[in-house]
Amino acid sequence: MSDLNFFFEVLIGGLLSGVMYSLVALGFVLIYKASGVFNFAQGSMVLFAALTFVGIMEKGIPFWPALVVALVVMMVLAVGIERVVLRPLVNQPQISLFMATIGLSYLLEGLGQGLWGTQVRALDLGIEDMPNETIQTMLGIQVSTFDIFSAISAALLVGLLALFFNKTRVGLALRAVADDHQAALAVGIPLQHVWAIVWAAAGLVALVAGLLWGSRLGVQFSLSLVALKALPVLILGGFTSIAGAIVGGLIIGASEKLAEVYIGTFTGGAVAAVENWFPYMLALVFLLVRPQGLFGDKIIERV
Amino acid sequence: MKKSVLASLAIGAGLLAGASTPSPVMAQAMEQFMPIPIYRTGPYAAGGTGYFGGFMDYMAMVNARDNGVNGVKMIWEECETAYDNARGVECYERLKGKGPTGAAMFHPLSTGITYSTFEKGTADKVPVVSMGYGRGDAMVGSVFPYTFPLVTTYWSQNTAKIKFIGMKEGGMDKLKGKKLVNVYHDSAYGKETIDILNKQAAMYGFEIKHFPVAHPGLDQKAIWLQIKQFAPDWVILRGWGVMNPTAIKEAARIGFPREKMLGVWWSGSEEDMRPAGTAAKGFYAAGFHPAGKNFPVLKDIEKFVQSKGKGNIEAERMGTIYYNRGVVTGIISMEAIRTAQEKYGKKPLTGEQVQWGLEHLNLTAARIKALGGEGLVQPIKTSCNDHEGGGAVKFQQWDGEKWTVVSDWIDADKSLVRPLAEESAAKYAKEKGITPRDCSKEM
Repeated sequence: MSDLNFFFEVLIGGLLSGVMYSLVALGFVLIYKASGVFNFAQGSMVLFAALTFVGIMEKGIPFWPALVVALVVMMVLAVGIERVVLRPLVNQPQISLFMATIGLSYLLEGLGQGLWGTQVRALDLGIEDMPNETIQTMLGIQVSTFDIFSAISAALLVGLLALFFNKTRVGLALRAVADDHQAALAVGIPLQHVWAIVWAAAGLVALVAGLLWGSRLGVQFSLSLVALKALPVLILGGFTSIAGAIVGGLIIGASEKLAEVYIGTFTGGAVAAVENWFPYMLALVFLLVRPQGLFGDKIIERV
Repeated sequence: MKKSVLASLAIGAGLLAGASTPSPVMAQAMEQFMPIPIYRTGPYAAGGTGYFGGFMDYMAMVNARDNGVNGVKMIWEECETAYDNARGVECYERLKGKGPTGAAMFHPLSTGITYSTFEKGTADKVPVVSMGYGRGDAMVGSVFPYTFPLVTTYWSQNTAKIKFIGMKEGGMDKLKGKKLVNVYHDSAYGKETIDILNKQAAMYGFEIKHFPVAHPGLDQKAIWLQIKQFAPDWVILRGWGVMNPTAIKEAARIGFPREKMLGVWWSGSEEDMRPAGTAAKGFYAAGFHPAGKNFPVLKDIEKFVQSKGKGNIEAERMGTIYYNRGVVTGIISMEAIRTAQEKYGKKPLTGEQVQWGLEHLNLTAARIKALGGEGLVQPIKTSCNDHEGGGAVKFQQWDGEKWTVVSDWIDADKSLVRPLAEESAAKYAKEKGITPRDCSKEM
């Protein structure tokens, strides 16, 4: 394999990994846009959604009905979170909401494992996670069919969410709520409904991410840790932009893979596990230059 | 009347005093305490629940079937570590003094927690038993009196793995010029075999390249692309938890044959293979015991514990690799307590007394058969200076559904491991100012 081919294989592999990170980051963005809060529980939602889906399938329910039931469970969960956790915290400092999501995270992890057990489960979506032969023949590089499927799924989901939040009244209401809870309530925006809808959308994103990541890793507790992969994406892309989550994911995915291969090789292996620290370092540099991220809203406050 | 009230009060007080001050006969409950530093949560929960589930089921079976070890009932308490070193140390401190005589021994089920507790165990006289994990040089009992890396250390296992690869290649001389990769969990556990692999590479003339995977190992694409470029003949996988199926899937994606992959025993459970699906077919793993339920000891657990609804784990996990490892741990631990009872009496023992039992284990083939563990446990004979006792490894292959044993017991290369262990232990003793015990005087 030529060096150039290898470079492109690493680059494309990185971009496709980035799409998977973006999927998780999307859930964070939705909640942040609606409430200005970093949802610490997003990773646990991914785990809970995947566990629920696999658990339902184990009861003998076929794929599509199981998907619908899992989606309904995530919707009910979203409404429950709004009623029990968020509603009592309207107009409270954002740190209170953040702390509530930490509690929620542990609750979901415990509830998921309590309901469905701690066993590692396989999840087969029927998409082969092997190099795509057509691409290999045409371009001479190996790209997994599953990665291509994931990228298409993520693109569809982003398109759907963008339409929903930009072309509907809910989207407009969402922006108002994100700006100021009290002012939004004062002009008659049903804050509770908006929050429930947004958490339900985050639940949908968690389910899609859970299925794709679960298919790759197996459905197990580690799924909740995929949130760690989304953090640098959010810092880079901005916490309030769906497009930012996608672009941030692509940049982080590609750069971390290239860094792992080329910095690791350049230092003769002296610098290990580059993939793990490089995205955070890159995000830190971005924070210094552009604190709101690439696509985040610049906050201007009058003094 | 007044007098009788006072007398009653006096009698009552006397009775109360009697109740709160036990007589010498009642002083000690016939119970032996075993700490269970489990991990039911976190990324490695499948290992924690499987292993300790088997261990607790075995102890429950011994209690139900035999009324404990020579009439001494086993009691235990769980403490959640989540495979975290700090929490492991906290669990050790919390549990070491429980029960009538304190902890019999401590099974950390984590190389990291072993490193964090073995010196405490020595100071507190509580044996720290790391069966199939932990630090390799701790087999030198003269320097590590309270640490027991029983059955087979990572170092021994590693030499058996290289022997297995040699066998597959048609002889040890065929290893010359071969390229091997060591993909390891970037932790104390993962790093444990780097030095010995380097030594073996020099000895047999193969090239070795090490690739660390940071916890938890969710995404290894870049590492496997580098492995593809290096084009190795064999890949040794030293994974843990989610790192294992991810590595196997990545290997499949780069087209690396799974029949050329060989895992450590923490990469060789059903939970490691099933998430990888068909990609795992053909993968080899080391083991110091097989999977399966067809052993008399497991049938007794089924009869006395699981069928009565008293199991410590879901019944369908019985016979899996992790579960059986817990049962093996139970068999060896109870046998150590039984051995110590022969010297100190059939009563609850202190950690110091159990240490003697661990150091004088003689688990012969006949004894293993009597315990219902034939084919499940290998013969073990420990001594003051040999805290490993076994050293043999079997290899198994995943057929897509289950593990199949594909080798007989393969002995570790003790001529390589023992001098290395002694050298490392001597270095440790010098650093810590420890004067090694003279084992010739403790026969």
